[in-house]
Amino acid sequence: MAINWFKYSAPTTFYGLAGKLIPWFAISAAVLCIVGLYIGFVVAPADAQQGEFYRIIFIHVPSSILSMFLYLIMAAYAAMGLIFNTRLSSMMASAIAPTGALFAFISLWTGALWGKPMWGAWWVWDARLTSELILLFLYLGFISLHASIDDPRRADRAAALLAIVGSVNVPIIYFSVQWWNTLHQGSTIKFTGTSMHIAMQQAMFTMLVACWLYAITVTLMRVRSIILERERHTKWITELAEVKA
Amino acid sequence: MNKLSLFSLLILVVRRDLVLAMRRRADVLTTLIFFVMVVSLFPLGVGPEMDMLRKMAPGVLWVAALLASMLSLGRLFSADYLDGTLEQMLLAPQSLSVLVLGKMISHWMVSGLPLVLMTPVLGLQFDMSMQAIAVLILGLLLGTPILSMVGAIGAALTLGLRGGGVLLSLLVLPLCIPVLIFGTGAVEAVTSGLSVSSHLSLMGALLVLALAFTPWVTAQALRISME
Repeated sequence: MAINWFKYSAPTTFYGLAGKLIPWFAISAAVLCIVGLYIGFVVAPADAQQGEFYRIIFIHVPSSILSMFLYLIMAAYAAMGLIFNTRLSSMMASAIAPTGALFAFISLWTGALWGKPMWGAWWVWDARLTSELILLFLYLGFISLHASIDDPRRADRAAALLAIVGSVNVPIIYFSVQWWNTLHQGSTIKFTGTSMHIAMQQAMFTMLVACWLYAITVTLMRVRSIILERERHTKWITELAEVKA
Repeated sequence: MNKLSLFSLLILVVRRDLVLAMRRRADVLTTLIFFVMVVSLFPLGVGPEMDMLRKMAPGVLWVAALLASMLSLGRLFSADYLDGTLEQMLLAPQSLSVLVLGKMISHWMVSGLPLVLMTPVLGLQFDMSMQAIAVLILGLLLGTPILSMVGAIGAALTLGLRGGGVLLSLLVLPLCIPVLIFGTGAVEAVTSGLSVSSHLSLMGALLVLALAFTPWVTAQALRISME
């Protein structure tokens, strides 16, 4: 039997699939978040140098990682939509953007909260902070370009081009800012082993997975709304049980 | 009609846009006056201490140049879009990328080059040394074409949208940050006695990259906006 790999690339079928997947992702995100925060705030010991303040990394690090990855995923979906002209890919790209921007914002916010006791300043013009801020600007540019074009197809394609140009620029911006100034502590987790306590690692990893699951959940929820909005004139939407009710 | 070679096509577009710009000199002058005004506002805002101004000068001049080029970008395609010329350009058998490159070059000659020529005077206002001014000008010569070229992508994407001007700045300014960093970094290096070649080489590399890719990307953006 030949499997039809492209079955779920149509909004019609994906709408139902997303609806079935959302509860699973949502519940596991909530459970892992509670577990991760419990390990992070109760089980893990205080840091030798940073005391209790370091615990903010359990939110800060996952949201920074996600904000960067989500931009790349968004750009990849947008590029797919532009190249293969698939409607769902473009819808996914615009569904990911607000979540990415949110994570970039959370990462800056928690970074500021951590910076005050550690560096003695809410904000320093350090390379990573600055590039995270620029990443937030790139997200906002994508969202506002998409929002200001009325025709959804043109909006998708224009925003896709911007996302691709942005993702080509991200390494250039990152390294230029890197050379410009640097103060941020280096990554603690390296591929060659780590200096972290095991409970800290567990908490960090659990929170990272929880954030991923949360991002998937809200993206699926948002893409369902986008499908409903864009396809509202089609027959299958009017036949949906939740639309009829 | 015999087919034009790419180079003569480029010259043709550049000359056409320059003639059009010269017929409406006020537009060119407003950008320049805006640049001078923004730069002159800074001493009024932060106080007249020469030591601080000298330190700030490259950053202030670069940011002002960035803002001035954003201001003029809106006009890059809009006139041609409104009178239908742009549509004819899209239909033309010649390469759209080359046409776009021609428009970028003439945009730089009209809005970027005057700023560069004005810089020595403004640098003296900020009490910069001759050496620093020379490096600043060199950086601006390499950097302002990048602003025109990257900005053209934004201008093409926001063509005919409401609130296009502000949106354009929102899209393009983050992409121009590396240019700002290398441009001001070069001046800082020369004032602290270091070699400027690394900053200027990187800027040159960015210019080459922009030359290679932005005309094509802008052409794609125009096709998206015009369909």
